[in-house]
Amino acid sequence: MTYRVGEPVTVAARAHGGHHRTPSYVKGKTGRVERIHAAFRNPETRAYGDDGLPEMPLYLVSFMRSDLWPDAPAGAGHRVYVDVFEHWLEEAK
Amino acid sequence: MSEHDHDHTPITNGNEPAAAARARALEELLVEKGVLRPEEIRAGIDWLVSRTPADGARLVARAWVDPEFKQRLLADARAAALELGLDPGPSPVLVALENTDTVHHMVVCTLCSCYPRALLGPPPAWYKSLPYRSRAVSDPRGVLAEFGLDVDDDVDLRVVDSTADIRYLVIPRRPPGTDELSQEQLAALVTRDSMIGVAQPAAAALA
Repeated sequence: MTYRVGEPVTVAARAHGGHHRTPSYVKGKTGRVERIHAAFRNPETRAYGDDGLPEMPLYLVSFMRSDLWPDAPAGAGHRVYVDVFEHWLEEAK
Repeated sequence: MSEHDHDHTPITNGNEPAAAARARALEELLVEKGVLRPEEIRAGIDWLVSRTPADGARLVARAWVDPEFKQRLLADARAAALELGLDPGPSPVLVALENTDTVHHMVVCTLCSCYPRALLGPPPAWYKSLPYRSRAVSDPRGVLAEFGLDVDDDVDLRVVDSTADIRYLVIPRRPPGTDELSQEQLAALVTRDSMIGVAQPAAAALA
């Protein structure tokens, strides 16, 4: 595993044509690794009939809600937790 | 009327909704190509509709009365479900999230409708709706207020978006005044919505 629990990470801001499981609202955003779940087959290739191998590590990453939606109602929840595959994570910017 | 040059049964069928027609066409194609047999599809549907929130409620009630079990549930919910003889479903990792006086979890799948179906049954229609999926992450307190649940400002509200292979189950707070209840009586208080994190267990309203 490349990243450790507690470490800050930034989600890649790249576009992706096709099925993927990284929601756009966290792309380019910086969060914190909360858990390292396990490694899973890659949904981006598996969705098209491939075996999805090699398996990719999956992390639970939390983001300050105010970093995601600066204009959202105040006090409306502190953090949002999202499962993100390792190939979408970069060292924190 | 199809404009292309191979034969198949009509895609639409009277007043059949488009989504149903698409599902039927896909099912026929999977069978025709030998990917799945009709009895496998029927078995899958039977499994889906046989699941109910009662199984999740058993897990929660046991966690309320047995602190050591609760620790095992928080460490590995799949193993804890198997320990009670429950079917944890196909997801390799099931995560239980504990609500306390200071932390409240709610679960959403912004990308589709990922949900711990094995332990909660089919997800409710609102869980799959665009308004819930978009607003749960951007305005969780507003959404919870519409469910009739006010979370104090000093409570750490955590929204969990199940975007991948993990399935999440919330362990709601045990309602006050339930010390005398049996595990079975407690399980009856654990509603589906309380295990998604948009409600408190039933007795909380009476307390």
